[in-house]
Amino acid sequence: MATDTELKVEPDLPPQPPDEPSGLSTQALRLGVSLVVPVLAGLGLYYAGTILLNEDSNRAVVVVMALLVGVLGVFGLYYGMDWVINQLPERFRSKVRPFAFVGPAIVILGIFLLYPTIVTIQLSFQDRAGEGFVGFDNYVRLFTDSSTLIAVRNSIAWVIIVPAFAVGIGLIFAVLSDRLGRKTEALSKSFIFMPMAISFVGASIVWKFVYNFRPEGFGEQIGLLNGIWTALGNDPVAWLLQEPWNNFYLMVILIWLQTGFAMVILSAAIKSVPEDIIEAARIDGANEYKVFTRVVLPSIASSLVVVLTTVIITVWKVFDIVFVMTSGEFGTSVVAERMVTEFFTFRDSGLGAALAVVLLVAIIPLMILNVRRFQEQEATR
Amino acid sequence: MTTSTPPVTDVTGPYTSPPPTFLERIFDRWAVKLAILIIVLIWIVPTLGVLISSFRPASLVNLNGWWTVFTDWGSNEWTFENYSTVLSSEGFGNAFLNSLSVSIPATVIPITIAAFAAYAFAWMDFPGRQWIFVVVVGLLVIPLQMSLIPLLKLYVSVDLVGTFPAVWLAHTGFGLPLAIYLLRNYIGSLPSSMMESARIDGATHFEIFTKLVVPLSVPVLASFAIFQFLWVWNDLLVALVFLGGESSVRVVTLALNDLNGSRGQAWHLLTAGAFITMALPLFVFLTLQRYFVRGLTAGSVKG
Repeated sequence: MATDTELKVEPDLPPQPPDEPSGLSTQALRLGVSLVVPVLAGLGLYYAGTILLNEDSNRAVVVVMALLVGVLGVFGLYYGMDWVINQLPERFRSKVRPFAFVGPAIVILGIFLLYPTIVTIQLSFQDRAGEGFVGFDNYVRLFTDSSTLIAVRNSIAWVIIVPAFAVGIGLIFAVLSDRLGRKTEALSKSFIFMPMAISFVGASIVWKFVYNFRPEGFGEQIGLLNGIWTALGNDPVAWLLQEPWNNFYLMVILIWLQTGFAMVILSAAIKSVPEDIIEAARIDGANEYKVFTRVVLPSIASSLVVVLTTVIITVWKVFDIVFVMTSGEFGTSVVAERMVTEFFTFRDSGLGAALAVVLLVAIIPLMILNVRRFQEQEATR
Repeated sequence: MTTSTPPVTDVTGPYTSPPPTFLERIFDRWAVKLAILIIVLIWIVPTLGVLISSFRPASLVNLNGWWTVFTDWGSNEWTFENYSTVLSSEGFGNAFLNSLSVSIPATVIPITIAAFAAYAFAWMDFPGRQWIFVVVVGLLVIPLQMSLIPLLKLYVSVDLVGTFPAVWLAHTGFGLPLAIYLLRNYIGSLPSSMMESARIDGATHFEIFTKLVVPLSVPVLASFAIFQFLWVWNDLLVALVFLGGESSVRVVTLALNDLNGSRGQAWHLLTAGAFITMALPLFVFLTLQRYFVRGLTAGSVKG
């Protein structure tokens, strides 16, 4: 029943009074346009994908097609949909159009995040095959079984040690490099920041080479660390097998990757501390140390929190480094890596899902904090 | 540094110390430079070792440490053979193109979808606008691990596992909350007077979006694009689960992981493979550093 006959020439920009209960046909149209793009895109992508797979011979064609599908395909669908809406009777247009814009995103989020999250929570209360209900058994196992307990223990150690070092070194470097000339500062910061561009897998290989070990009598050491170690007169060490220290050697990789991030954000924060406040402190007789702890540090506290929470979240979800370096053996497994192993290697979807839920629960408060900070930042921009 | 000297009038920067003595000045300048130099060296030496080793012949890589090229420059040889081996017989050439085929659509699709949604959240009126946006922001907390198991089952049931669209869509889903959130913040802050005058001139929403909003949002679009592109390019987990190791679809991170598994001590190949994997991200980093930093900063809220 489209009783709302007042002619609106497209919706007005200042917020309109809340919609009156709209007709069934309007709702159906809204639902329809929300679904059209994802469904068509899904089908299109599916067929494009099968074509791409058959096109083994010419890889350049594949890349170009992928580019076309990605760039033009989806945009084309929106364009087509807008055209369709323009063919609708006038009174429907303004009510349906927003759903053509926002609907696809909502549908995709529903399929790829909301629905899986609900299923994963449900699976975490079911047995390994995902059939019978087992209550909190998986969680009990998670926190009593020695193999998962090691993963939890290690993850907690990662979450404490990596952010402490990454943020600590990042802060020191930000403060020190601030005293250099502009060009030297930019250059030296680039070097620290560069690992941020590298994949965790690539970084793992880089460091696996550093930790490389050859037993005595099997040739010269080609790993840097053993090279230095033996040059100092020691016997070569299989670093990655030294429990529990091997955990720390793996953490070094993530520290190496994340310090640049901490440094860049903190450096920007330090530079934005107003000079007159610092000058005033100096005039009052504060020495450099006091200026730093009493003036600079409190001013960058909010950035410090953002950096810490962000690094903690990254560390908490670390998977690739452990997977590539040790596959979680030798007492090095962590929660995110364990989750994949339990599900894909041991085919235990119950425990795998429970581990995923543990990941989620720990992230929620940190993420809320981060989004709040970000919101404040944007508000004052 | 720790002396409390009388007030200074000539302070040029926030960190210029109060006039120190001559010795202090020397110490200060050199201590800082030395500390910086040491940290920088620790940071670049591992990568340098990989770079050098990737150009040394296999026999030499296995004979002695890469640092011997500095102590014994004359006896070293250089070669491109590792790269040609890795690119052809180890499949990194194909993997590189596969990575491109994955990363470009997995970057553009979420941006397109998010931009339309962000515009609607910011400038269109529809029932549920506020609370739907709150839910989208709430989805930021969900780590992609939560989606792996159900999504894989879903993909198996529609026979999508091992295809490019499977990863495009997965990365789209995982990237959307951040993209919508960032773009909504930015697009919402565009001046409303501009929108109104465009509407008075008779522009439709679609025209305003394509001709006004998108061009004005280039900085935030670029930041997110770089963030998402690197994220997808460097991803191992999603590719491992949804794409798998078939040579026709295998991406570079997976190829490197496979090489590590099958030939874990072939350091002349592993180093070359690692560098092929890193080449494009490093290029992006060096050329688009400004956007890159901004993107990473914004990425601090990715779940």
